[in-house]
Amino acid sequence: MAGILDRIFGRDRKSAHLAKERLKLVLVHDRTDISPGVMELMKDDLIAAISKHIDIDAGDVRIEMATEGHEQRLIADIALRPPRRR
Amino acid sequence: MTGKAITVTSGKGGVGKTTVTANLGAALANFGHKVVCIDADIGLRNLDVVLGLENRIVYDLVDIVEGRCRLRQAMIRDKRLPELFLIPAAQTRDKSAISPSDMVTLADDLRAEFDYILFDSPAGIERGFRNAVAPADMVLVVTNPEVSAVRDADRIIGLVEAEEKGPARLVINRIKPEMVRRGDMLGVDDILELLAVQLVGLVPDDENVLLSTNRGLPVVLDGKSKAGLAFRNIARRVMGEEVPFMHFDETGGFLNRITRLIRPGGN
Ligand SMILES: Nc1ncnc2c1ncn2[C@@H]1O[C@H](COP(=O)(O)OP(=O)(O)O)[C@@H](O)[C@H]1O
Ligand SMILES: [Mg+2]
Repeated sequence: MAGILDRIFGRDRKSAHLAKERLKLVLVHDRTDISPGVMELMKDDLIAAISKHIDIDAGDVRIEMATEGHEQRLIADIALRPPRRR
Repeated sequence: MTGKAITVTSGKGGVGKTTVTANLGAALANFGHKVVCIDADIGLRNLDVVLGLENRIVYDLVDIVEGRCRLRQAMIRDKRLPELFLIPAAQTRDKSAISPSDMVTLADDLRAEFDYILFDSPAGIERGFRNAVAPADMVLVVTNPEVSAVRDADRIIGLVEAEEKGPARLVINRIKPEMVRRGDMLGVDDILELLAVQLVGLVPDDENVLLSTNRGLPVVLDGKSKAGLAFRNIARRVMGEEVPFMHFDETGGFLNRITRLIRPGGN
């Protein structure tokens, strides 16, 4: 995430920073053996499953792998549709 | 006396395994320990030339394993460092000439006589790697501050754990402080954060390494070179001493720390 923002805002264009951000992603996929394509499939399934119960904004769902040391986490960030006023 | 077997390995080739093995061996011997360096890179023998002992080879590792000579006959004693010995690799054979259990037996035969038994591993994740880590009590993984070398190091660190030889210890070799400072080379902090592994050595890129390899004299014996100092520090850490790490990336490290303050929850 931070890497993407940095790139959009041109805050940090040093090549070492890019190397690190790229490595983060590569290592996550190497370690878990989950390709970016599988991530997309999981995202679609997740949207379908959660939509059955609550109203979410399917266009604003992100899932990503995060690394803490040797531990991998799957993080989902799902935007709900604004609730109707009662 | 039971010697400690240490294997120096990497995923990517050319990152400095042989250089690390030769210099760690020479440094340990210089500190008064009895050391044998074993070239496990069968078919691509190199430890002999880096140590400057290539002219004295008669028998090799495969000769020992296949019973053509006794262990002692294949050991070459370094005249400059009488506590340092080399067992060279066979040049005209391949990795399949030897099995992991041959290596375990060999190390066990040497433990009584030596304080340290160092194995210089071939690159890669195949048979040669498994041969070299099989006897290890400690595994050093060498990498460079570069995307593909770090990626391959991560693979190897995982495999070392899978072989129940972990935790691996990392040597970051060929650091160019100037490039790190400019933000154009991965810093030590970056690599440690990515690989989540214990550090055992930081070695600068130093032309003295090439000069000393040309001469066949390990750079660690050169009292003044930066790389030599780095290798002596690795040896002391292997011996169990607490030695502070050299600072190569003051600026990078500082910037990283600030970034962390700004983004506390960031990954
Ligand atoms: N710290 C260093 N500074 C400069 N050159 C180095 C350093 N470490 C290794 N080298 C050079 O890199 C090349 C590959 O090193 P080597 O130890 O043979 O790698 P490997 O055994 O992993 O294939 C050699 O030419 C060596 O002299
Ligand atoms: Mg080598």
